[in-house]
Amino acid sequence: MTTIAIPPGMPQYDDAPRYDVAAVRADFPILAREINGHPLVYLDSANTSHKPRQVLDVLSEHYQRHNANVSRSVHTLGTEATEAYEAARAKVAAFVNAPSVDEVVFTKNSTEAINIVAYAFSNASLRPDGDPRFRLGPGDEVVISEMEHHSNIVPWQLLCERTGATLRWFPVTDNGRLDESGLTDLVNERTKIVSLVHMSNILGTVNATSRITARVREVGALLLLDCSQSVPHMPIDVVDLDADFIVFTGHKMCGPTGIGVLWGRSELLAAMPPVFGGGSMIETVAMGGSTYAPPPARFEAGTPPIAEAVALGAAVDYLTGIGMRAVQWHEKQLTAYALDALATVPGLRIFGPEVPVGRGGTISFALGDVHPHDVGQVLDSLGVQVRVGHHCARPVCTRFGVPATTRASFYLYTTTEEIDALVAGLEQVRKVFG
Amino acid sequence: MQLDQLYQEIILDHYKHPHGRGLRDAADPADRVAEAHHVNPTCGDEVTIRVATDGEVLHDVSYDGMGCSISQASASVLHELLVGRGAAEAFEVHEAFVALMSGRGQVTPDEDVLGDGVAFEGVARYPARVKCALLPWMAFKDAAARAGVGASPTEVKA
Repeated sequence: MTTIAIPPGMPQYDDAPRYDVAAVRADFPILAREINGHPLVYLDSANTSHKPRQVLDVLSEHYQRHNANVSRSVHTLGTEATEAYEAARAKVAAFVNAPSVDEVVFTKNSTEAINIVAYAFSNASLRPDGDPRFRLGPGDEVVISEMEHHSNIVPWQLLCERTGATLRWFPVTDNGRLDESGLTDLVNERTKIVSLVHMSNILGTVNATSRITARVREVGALLLLDCSQSVPHMPIDVVDLDADFIVFTGHKMCGPTGIGVLWGRSELLAAMPPVFGGGSMIETVAMGGSTYAPPPARFEAGTPPIAEAVALGAAVDYLTGIGMRAVQWHEKQLTAYALDALATVPGLRIFGPEVPVGRGGTISFALGDVHPHDVGQVLDSLGVQVRVGHHCARPVCTRFGVPATTRASFYLYTTTEEIDALVAGLEQVRKVFG
Repeated sequence: MQLDQLYQEIILDHYKHPHGRGLRDAADPADRVAEAHHVNPTCGDEVTIRVATDGEVLHDVSYDGMGCSISQASASVLHELLVGRGAAEAFEVHEAFVALMSGRGQVTPDEDVLGDGVAFEGVARYPARVKCALLPWMAFKDAAARAGVGASPTEVKA
């Protein structure tokens, strides 16, 4: 047997950051649960992640000690709540290396964040003084891809219906990669925005964005990246990505539900008209008309999800404490292990990249012709929680000629033993439906 | 929960060997023929049910579909139970099946009415799967109404 030595001076295998998975698991109370008489094997983190005690404690502590509305009170509790809310914004900004804290808009989730951008386009198109970068009409084009989550398809379909613009998309290759072969035709002088998934929630593919970004800059369009599946799992730097907007959601990154993020470049957010009207987003209101607050407040009408934002800040602290490089490496190892293990299951077909390169720890598959609902049901009886269905990415299912898939997805607390339990469970599925 | 309560042999048998599968033209050209296509948007299951009737008797209930064992077995059972029945009687069976599926496992099915449909008693305990079992039955209701046999008083009430 030969061993390949990495030359001295290069990063060595042991240099990869690592952490104690058992210690991490001890932070997540729900992982101690049993399901149907079996230890919980949670392989559905792409759907929603679990929350560590550190986050749950902050959520509870906020309501028990600091509860008040934000940005409008002079009293002590109001000040504490506002400081906590704004501190969370700063933590999130630092987490994605945003140049300014004011570039972080808190939303309900990624879906709302994308809709805010889409409706800013609509609203700008209706105003005579709308910023030309956001004005859209017949002849203009919006570009997405075939591997988008429905939340990055439907808002743009609706926008195109409202404005008469045309929706176009990147196809997907047989290996589940983005097909960039038509890039120069697809992204052209008529393109106003390209809205693309960074990591696919169904195929696991991580899209390399640099060629697309270069083309977007060349034609003067805008670039939005849906980072719902990437921000929780790898270091993300918005400066490095050179995007104009990114969106992500708290509940997939150890935070609570009901809180998401729209990050946008300052000058773009400043050029966007408001979408939701109400309290907190105004500068001055008169019966004859109103003026609006600068971003991020302009896009945060009404009482925001305060405790959820504060808890998202705690989730960011938690992930930063472990280190996103280490999380990424852990999941890369799990993905390599899982791809090998799943390859041993007779009749199993993987949708998406079959090598642990340019992909994350989300693996969709078919087991012979057993319907994914049945696969999921048998696995559940063994405590193994996977997602089945079209994963809100029906065009991908159509692309690969299946009505639905079974999907296993990993996170920082997932172990190789859990992947073994999945493989053993699939054997059981084959027995029941064989 | 016991998996074999859900996947009873009868269900697996109907799934693996479906009865009367495939959409058919009416044998009698005078029959009214109508169909309905239903999908379960959460999982992508699909079924098409076609009814051929003279307005009194369901001469054929044919179907095609794509989906999980529960939805496809349910279509096979529906076919077996309803073909050749009088319309009023068919809706009694329909009502009994819907009641069974809505019963959260608390309804005891009558085998004289539901035949192999009694095997779905266990499915009623799995709320996530009730829709799968009901998919062909809801499509049947629409198809029958389009064929002009769905307007019984119980249906109006429902």
